Amino acid sequence: MDWFLSAGDDPVHKLLLMVIAIALFVVVMALILFVVDRRRNPSKWFIAGGFVGPALILLTLGLLLPAGGTIVNSFQNRNGSEFIGLDNYIRAFSEPAFLLVLGNTALWVLVAPLLATFIGLVYAVVVDRSRFEKFAKALVFLPMAISMVGASIIWRFVYEFKPASVEQTGLLNQLVVWLGGEPVQFLLERPGNTFLLMVVLIWIQTGFSMTLLSASIRAIPTDIVEAARLDGLSGFGMFWRITIPSIRPALVVVLTTIAMTTLKVFDIVRTMTAGRYGTSVVANEFYEQSFRQNNAGLGAALAVLLFVIVIPVIIYNVRQMRLAEEVR
Amino acid sequence: MSTTTPAVAPKAVPPPSGLQERARKAKKKLTSPWASMIAVVIALAWTVPTFGLLVTSFRPELDIRQSGWWTVFGDALAGEGVFSLRNYEAALFSRSTSLIDFFVNSFVITLPAVFIPITIALLAAYGFAWIDFKGRDILFVAVFALQIVPIQITLIPLLRAYVDTGINGTFWPIWLSHSMFALPLAIFLLHNFMRDIPKSLVEAARVDGAGHVKIFFQVILPLLVPAIAAFAIFQFLWVWNDLLVALVMGGTDTFPLTVRVAELAGSRGGDWHVLSAGAFISILVPLIVFLALQRYFVRGLLAGSVKG
Repeated sequence: MDWFLSAGDDPVHKLLLMVIAIALFVVVMALILFVVDRRRNPSKWFIAGGFVGPALILLTLGLLLPAGGTIVNSFQNRNGSEFIGLDNYIRAFSEPAFLLVLGNTALWVLVAPLLATFIGLVYAVVVDRSRFEKFAKALVFLPMAISMVGASIIWRFVYEFKPASVEQTGLLNQLVVWLGGEPVQFLLERPGNTFLLMVVLIWIQTGFSMTLLSASIRAIPTDIVEAARLDGLSGFGMFWRITIPSIRPALVVVLTTIAMTTLKVFDIVRTMTAGRYGTSVVANEFYEQSFRQNNAGLGAALAVLLFVIVIPVIIYNVRQMRLAEEVR
Repeated sequence: MSTTTPAVAPKAVPPPSGLQERARKAKKKLTSPWASMIAVVIALAWTVPTFGLLVTSFRPELDIRQSGWWTVFGDALAGEGVFSLRNYEAALFSRSTSLIDFFVNSFVITLPAVFIPITIALLAAYGFAWIDFKGRDILFVAVFALQIVPIQITLIPLLRAYVDTGINGTFWPIWLSHSMFALPLAIFLLHNFMRDIPKSLVEAARVDGAGHVKIFFQVILPLLVPAIAAFAIFQFLWVWNDLLVALVMGGTDTFPLTVRVAELAGSRGGDWHVLSAGAFISILVPLIVFLALQRYFVRGLLAGSVKG
């Protein structure tokens, strides 16, 4: 039995296990479908159960029940042995260290989606139908394939600091020195460091906003553009009075989608500073409390908080989706 | 749930006709020197950081410590400067980093974690789209709504369950977790694609006496290949690039590249010869997949939920 569970550090064994896992899964699914197919005069429920059942079981076991468990946990003490009411939440909203974390998260959610959307929009407009459009878009698009860990390392190297007496190896500090300044320990200085971490997320997400907004700019009916041109609009006026209003629904969707990603940002903070120097956010603090400080109660409260903050964003998103559909 | 949850997007536009083309050209008054400058500045900011680290990954350790990567161009002109694959060799095979082991782990984690949820989601999406059972709509909305559950909220109870069953620290909890977390988005996306298939096709097959299983495999599946490709890329990027799930659910024998590289960034933050090579080893595979299948990825982003 142990052989099927753990492969130790043997790579061949690992690969074998992987093949076995996939084969096992295929056999189970084939069995389910076989039974569904063979039954004579099956009821609708029986067939539906065969198709939808596995997903519903996994969703219940993997999302619904654990989420309920975490909500209960959030009212308990650090090892779940007794109920302590709202204490975890009160702590999260009163201790200065956690207030900083909440403040940082708010800053992330307000700034990063706006900048990523704005830059993506501007870039989409300026490279639209230029000679190098495809290539230019690919350049901004590529970071989407890079993990947040990889992107964080790329940017940490840009922010690298060396004392003024030696040559700089980080690009940003070299620029500072070239402009006649003193090198700065960028990642240590509050509150600038939080913004420098945001740069990484913006850098990744701009490709997303560019792609969606570029497509919706192209979907603007030409007669509207033509009519506006006859009215003497061009350049910036056209952009502001025609383009922006026409793609408003897409803009909202892009903003809220990036906001939801931003809210849960963990990898970047973990890799860049591990939450030190006043850069921690809720998702990072959740990890810290749950798995480092072993305070399951407080960790659960932070996770619930993440969930609660995301709800208004989603409601707004769904509303805008509905509006957008009516417009179409 | 993933880093790039695709959302509502405008429909893909047919290629412009001649008349439209003219109107478009007229619209392009924004092409001023300013616009070009903005484009160049953004394009540079989006590529130079990666390029800098890439150049660094080929430089000798001592050079990396002593001078910036931009100096290599001057050195190269002067006939100096050495590039080598030594950093990659060290990062992959040296005892202290041995990224090759973690590369295997990334691969072993990713393949089942992409294959399993897509299969389950395909079946479920078929059920929601083509089997008429009571309570179908409510269930589908419920699955759709589950997309908003942040995975953080499930981690502690899940981990506890894995510990209780004794499978923690192996690959099983990672495969399971990724499969479960992917389902809401996967079902939603594939359901949207599936509803685009003309009803007449399915009905014709039914008249011929085909059961649901047969229709699923012979009529629906072949038509859904682009949709499957689109979601497979999302899921692949999400799993390969994931840090949180692998960190929480895994153990030393199962950690993927992301966990190891993030760890190196913490413990050997100044060793840029290892970090730069390590970062590119972890980036390489998703980059290749992404470039090769970009077309499907964009289609997934755009068409994902137009008619949701």
